[in-house]
Order: sequence, then C-alpha cells, then structure tokens
Amino acid sequence: MTEKKQTKQIANGYVRKDGGKGIRNIVVVAYLVECAHHVARKIAEQGGENTHLIGFPGCYPNEYAREMMLSLCTHPNVGGVLLVSLGCESMDRDSVLADARDSGRAAELLIIQDTGGTRATIDAGGAALERIWAEAHQVQRAPLYAHELVVGTICGGSDGTSGISANPGVGLCFDQLIADGAACIFEETGELIGCEGVMAERAVNEGLAEEIIACVDKAERYYTTMGFGSFAPGNADGGLTTLEEKSMGAYSKSGSSSINGLIKPGDKPPGGGLYLLDVVPDGEPRFGFPNISDNAEIVEMIACGSHLILFTTGRGSVVGSAISPVIKICANPETYARMSGDMDINAGAVLTGESSLQQVGESIYRKVMSIAEGELSCSEALGHQEFILTYKSFEPIGPACLPFRG
Amino acid sequence: MSELVEAKARNNIKQIEQKLILLHENDNVLICISPLKAGETTTIGGEKSVMQTAIAVGHKVAHHALAVGDKVIKYGAAIGSVTCAIDEGEHVHLHNMRSDYIASHSRSSYAKTE
Repeated sequence: MTEKKQTKQIANGYVRKDGGKGIRNIVVVAYLVECAHHVARKIAEQGGENTHLIGFPGCYPNEYAREMMLSLCTHPNVGGVLLVSLGCESMDRDSVLADARDSGRAAELLIIQDTGGTRATIDAGGAALERIWAEAHQVQRAPLYAHELVVGTICGGSDGTSGISANPGVGLCFDQLIADGAACIFEETGELIGCEGVMAERAVNEGLAEEIIACVDKAERYYTTMGFGSFAPGNADGGLTTLEEKSMGAYSKSGSSSINGLIKPGDKPPGGGLYLLDVVPDGEPRFGFPNISDNAEIVEMIACGSHLILFTTGRGSVVGSAISPVIKICANPETYARMSGDMDINAGAVLTGESSLQQVGESIYRKVMSIAEGELSCSEALGHQEFILTYKSFEPIGPACLPFRG
Repeated sequence: MSELVEAKARNNIKQIEQKLILLHENDNVLICISPLKAGETTTIGGEKSVMQTAIAVGHKVAHHALAVGDKVIKYGAAIGSVTCAIDEGEHVHLHNMRSDYIASHSRSSYAKTE
C-alpha cells in the first residue's frame, strides 16, 4: 500500500463514501423499464447538464441488467441516484435502491403508478433531484492518484487508417498510463478474432493465456451463430476487408504491456495493469447480438469503473456517453477535416507526416490528464450522453482470470 | 511532459511511395495513406506501376502478384485468403479476398458467403 501512495497525482477527485474517487460529479436518473423512460427524461431535464439519463428498457428480469444498473449507480463519477419505476416491471428496484444508499450516495425511488402518473411524477422528480443534488454538492475533494484511475478504450467506425494511427496511438498512451500505475481496459473479444494467439502470449501466466484463448473462441462461436461478424459496411468502405484485419488493427489499442487479467462487465480491475473485458455472453446465444452498437460496450467499461473512455474512429463517430467522458481520437485525416468539431485528437497527423506516432500517443496521454482535471471533451461539450443497456447473461469469472487478485 | 514508454516493434512502418506504406516487412499488401487516382503512376517494388482503379485512404494494394489461396499478410499477420489472382499494384478488397473466419457483409448483400 505504501508503494501505491507514491503514484502520480492525476486530478482533484470527488471522494465517495464507499471509497471510490471520481473525475466528475454526476447525478443519474434511471428508468427501470421503457415505460418510465419519458417521465425519467423529463425529470432529468430539470437537473441540468450534470444530471444524466440512464435506464433499462426491458420488463422481464435479468440479473446482468440489475448488476449493471447497480454498478453504474455506484460508479465513482456518480454522486446521487434517482430511480424511476413504472411500478409493474421486474427490475429489483428495492435492492438497487438499498445498495445505492449503502454506498453512501443520496438515492431515491419514484414509482409512477403510486405517485399519480406522468405529471405528478415529473414534479416529484424535480423536487427529489433538488434534494439529491443538495447532498451531491457536499462531496469532499481529494487528490486522485494514478493507481486509482481506470481508463477504457473502444474503436467505432473503424477504417483502414484506425489500425495505423489512432489505435497504436492509444496503445502508447495505455503503456504510459499502466507504467504510471493505472488500470486500463480493452474489450470486444468479437473484434479480437484472429489475434487470440499473439494476445495469449502477453498473458501474465499460462492459466490466463488459456482463458483468453477460450474467450475469443466463445466470441467466434457466438458471432458465427448470429450470422454476422462484428464488421459493419462502413468498415469495408474504409478499406477493411475481413474481421481478422479489423481485429489486428483494433488489437493495437492494447499497447505492449502484459495482460493482467480477464474481466466481465461490472467486474472492477483489482489493481493497475492491462485487462481484457469479455463482452460476449456465456452459454447458448439467447438475447441476440453481444453488443448492438458501440455504446453498449462503453456502458460495460463504465460499469467496470472506467473514469473515462478513449474512443478511436476512422469513419467518424460522434457519440459520447452518460456518466464518463469520452475522448475521441480520429484516425483518418480526411475524416478529421470534415468532423473536427467532434474530435479531441487528430491521430491522422501520423499519415500526413505532421506528427509521429509517439507524438500522437503523448497528446492522447495529455488529453487524458486534462479531461480528468475537468476540461470537457468534445462529446461532453456537445451534450452527448448516449446510453444503452440490453439483456445478457454471464457466468462469474473463474480463478485463473485474475492471477494477481489480492 | 511525459516520457511515453518506448514502442519497440511498432516503428518499422516503411514509406514505399509518397502515398503507400508497408506496415510490416512480411506484408504482401501496401496501405494507401493519400488518395490515388486511376491512371496515376506509382512505384511499387522498384518498378513503375499505373493504377488501374482509384484507391481511397485506408485501402490495400498488392505489393506483388498473389495467387488464389495465398494468405493476405498485413501487420505481419494473415488477414484472409485470396479468392482470385491479383496483380501487383491491384486493389485488394472484398472482390478478390475473404476472411478465414467469419464472412464479411455489406449493405446490399447481408451475407457474402463465397
């Protein structure tokens, strides 16, 4: 522990009563079924830009969704929670509320059927938000150190430039963050098909290497059953031809550090280092595609505690996220020229000869530091707060997945 | 401000021509980093080569002729197999190579099997 205290100070964090430290102070309004979505949105609109709307649309029970909801409501960036239930859906609202309160956060629950319908609940929600914010504003501040920082990475709208500029640039940034003591998460095992061999060689031990191979095998089986790989038409327009080609490019986001563990959505990295997030459900394919679009993966990395997300794009994605800032790193100089207002970093400068890969890696790293200190990312400033949570099922990770767990 | 950890194996990208790069010494495709027009002359493998089609940024061209069944190598790794003979300098894409794992799909055809 004494060694950990010497890591670099990253930001003036928001200290939660459960020990977490955030880089933002957000209140979430969460609808617990689609039927409560409109009411929850109208409530969230009264709370200002730091009040974010999240939710789960389904009426049928799902343990993954409940655990995700709880992880998100108790994320270090979250200072308060307002749950909005229609009344008859299956989500176990009482346990989510109780656990959120146990974490020391201001948390309330409104049930539309008991409160008197749409108008009455929107009004009651506004009043509840005032109480929750009054408490959330009282949050203590203290330095957040590198070993307390969690950063996730994803690529979206990839093209033939992603794997030669933005993704290796993020890899360099990851190497530096890990050297500082931070935990870094890369994911989408369905986009690592073809890389399992080289990836397993980087595992800290043999047991973890076997788990990594097995989890990519699972992803390939799952996607084969679905009939599609994780490969969109825009990927082909941008010069990518096959899933394994996209995979090799995506893989470079992970940098060159050893892989310390394999986690599943909602699992928190037990310490600094590099972690692979397995986003493909266990068991027979049941609920459809593992991740219907990029935000489904972003939400899962946030549920694992990610304070911020590094998002690389070649074709040009515009998304952000609820709860954690998204930093956009544009791989393609032509895309950057068209969409610079959405992009925090122009990694395409590597291709035009304006900067080296090393310089791009350094600018991503500096951007992580300034966004952690409170600067708004492009997607935050533009008001992007996308959120998706769908049905899934997972078995808990096995003991070989986290060799160094304390 | 920060000393980024040295990236070893990653700095072997070779500029073959102003608009084409070789990512790894074992690769048999080059990557376009600036648009090439049809009819434009480039130098591939020491020889002058006239582009038969336009090539957009991020797309691949053959570094040398490839035969049916050859593995296409990029980043030093196989990214699929050749499905019809490819000339040096020719565009390498969905029409002449395919995945060794899961078939790619496009907007017009949901699943391109063969």
